[in-house]
Amino acid sequence: MNLVVLMRMVPDVVEELEIAPDGKSLDQEALRLIVSESDDHALEEALLLKERYGGRVTVVAPEAPEVADVLYTAAAKGADRVIQLRGVEPGLGVAAMAEACAAALSAIPDLLPADLVLTGAQSIEDLDGLVAPLVAHRLGWPYLGVVTAVSEVSNGTATVIKEFQAGYRGEFQVSLPAVLGVQAAEKPPRYVPVAKVRAAMKATRIEEFEAPQPVPEPLQDVTIVALAKPEATGRAEMLEGSVEEVAGKLCELLAERGLL
Amino acid sequence: MNQAAPAVVTPTYDVTLENLFEHPEGRRVLTCIQCGMCAGTCPYGEVMDYPPRRIINMLRAGELEKVFRSDSLLSCVACYACMAKCPRGIRLTEVLLPLVKEQVFINLPETPAELQKALENTLRYGNPFGESSRKRAAWVKTAGVPIRILSEDPRPVDVLWFVECQNSYHPRGQDVSRATARLFHALGIDFAILGNEEKCAGECARLLGETGLFDTLMDYNMAVFAKYKFNRIVTSGVHAYDAFIYQYPERGFRYPVEQTTPFLARYLDKLRPMLTRKLPYVVTYHDSCCLGRHNGFYEEPRALLKAIPGVRLVEMVHNRVNSICCGGGGGGMWLDTYYKAKGHERLSERRVKEAIATGADVLAVSCPYEISRFEDALKVLGYDQKMVVRDVVELLAEAMEA
Ligand code: SF4
Ligand code: SF4
Repeated sequence: MNLVVLMRMVPDVVEELEIAPDGKSLDQEALRLIVSESDDHALEEALLLKERYGGRVTVVAPEAPEVADVLYTAAAKGADRVIQLRGVEPGLGVAAMAEACAAALSAIPDLLPADLVLTGAQSIEDLDGLVAPLVAHRLGWPYLGVVTAVSEVSNGTATVIKEFQAGYRGEFQVSLPAVLGVQAAEKPPRYVPVAKVRAAMKATRIEEFEAPQPVPEPLQDVTIVALAKPEATGRAEMLEGSVEEVAGKLCELLAERGLL
Repeated sequence: MNQAAPAVVTPTYDVTLENLFEHPEGRRVLTCIQCGMCAGTCPYGEVMDYPPRRIINMLRAGELEKVFRSDSLLSCVACYACMAKCPRGIRLTEVLLPLVKEQVFINLPETPAELQKALENTLRYGNPFGESSRKRAAWVKTAGVPIRILSEDPRPVDVLWFVECQNSYHPRGQDVSRATARLFHALGIDFAILGNEEKCAGECARLLGETGLFDTLMDYNMAVFAKYKFNRIVTSGVHAYDAFIYQYPERGFRYPVEQTTPFLARYLDKLRPMLTRKLPYVVTYHDSCCLGRHNGFYEEPRALLKAIPGVRLVEMVHNRVNSICCGGGGGGMWLDTYYKAKGHERLSERRVKEAIATGADVLAVSCPYEISRFEDALKVLGYDQKMVVRDVVELLAEAMEA
């Protein structure tokens, strides 16, 4: 199988997020970026598929600080080809980002046709999960989102599992090529010993690809008006009493919310 | 008390499994008489498929591959007990076990989740908790005494205090750091810290078998050390102490190093008149594996404790060289869930039962891991009203208050 994984760097919320002086964007100086968690799951799913069906995994990521580490790590885990897209600036709107990536996918030599393009179903910058469907739209391929497993690939179709609330599972069939928005891989993303990453740094060449210019303007129909830091509220309720009383109240609360 | 000279040992960082028998310490492995002392003394000897004796047996039979494919050695908490007891003086925990564990780790089909997170965090943020590296020195504001951070004030300094992760981030570790700072200050020591530039020294990752992570951290810390001028390093971390003494020299590290507890013991004469507050505690001291068995600092912490007015020191059944590991070394700190799933007894619980049996009300420690491990164990066993855990440094600072 020819598998393409699109990975993006997003703000790391372990670090304080600062709002830029314009009041509608994050202060890029204070940001530290980290690979989007569900993109990491998309990579894992692609690696699992490669292990099962053979083939190649190519990782494509827009350039960003520390993205090289992500690409070397992907190579150490088993990706065959890693490509950094230049000219797709971090901080670009979601729609523009998806447009730029999709355009680049079509333009990168020897990349398409592919069987699957996998990327995260959502990211903290893209809660609506627009990147994957927009890429699919641009490529003219079918799209399935919130995927938790690819259970079978045969005769030009893939059987894909989506998980719904309360553990309900849906099985879908999609013709290939297709774009998948991965919610979680079948297994948590693997650990790769740092020695292997260090070896990959020596053995792997990150291909650089200039994204087709000009990068399309962000869609103008929706604009960010303002960003605000969360306000501290005093609404936390402290449970008081003996251990038994507190445990009792806790159980009641959990039951009330349907969690027990 | 004079400055304890660090144990002089033949460096072994150049030993690999391939060249094992070209090195005297590697050849020594072949003198094993299969007595089983190592397995018998190992705190997890009963649950390990491949305790040191069997590993050597497999090595001789050319079947080491089987050991690499088992996760058995994840149960080795790098406690130095086997090495301390081996009648042939085989440096198991220093030489053979890390080499075998490196292969075990690389071949693990799945890394236990808790461990994976800790390792990824350590690589990314320089600490296993996944806390921001930019907040490593946040506790300094609450220290109550001035603490110089070298990146802000890079003038040469006598003591570079390497705080380490637990004492930078964990709330109880921060208590120890505040106490340490107060003591350094009272003793008039010219000290400074690296602040947010400091990263984990990496020793536990190394002893787990994640040597690539260790190398990355070592390279990083060496580059930071090179930026500043200082005479010596004092570290709160006992594992960091080991890393600096035994491993960092490979990268040209030549600074004198001491761990906080033995370091303070050298200042006992100056300290004693400051210990004016009576602490009416019955204290039992837990010898950490690194400070005790590995480096022989048994008397220094006890001398400090005895200098505190009111303190009565009692010993646990297993003390000094026979001390029982808290279970946190060699990656054990991040394997509690895995051990539980395997049905292993928690070593910290085994240990606090002994501490309780002494009738003491304070369990004194000197390794940063132990406070949280023993406090958890006391809670789990329902002894948290009977006993508290205090670092030796905390008790000294408490005795110093007017
Ligand atoms: S204690 Fe030493 S000599 Fe005895 S079995 Fe273990 S390694 Fe061999
Ligand atoms: S170092 Fe400790 S845990 Fe590891 S094998 Fe030796 S005795 Fe057992």
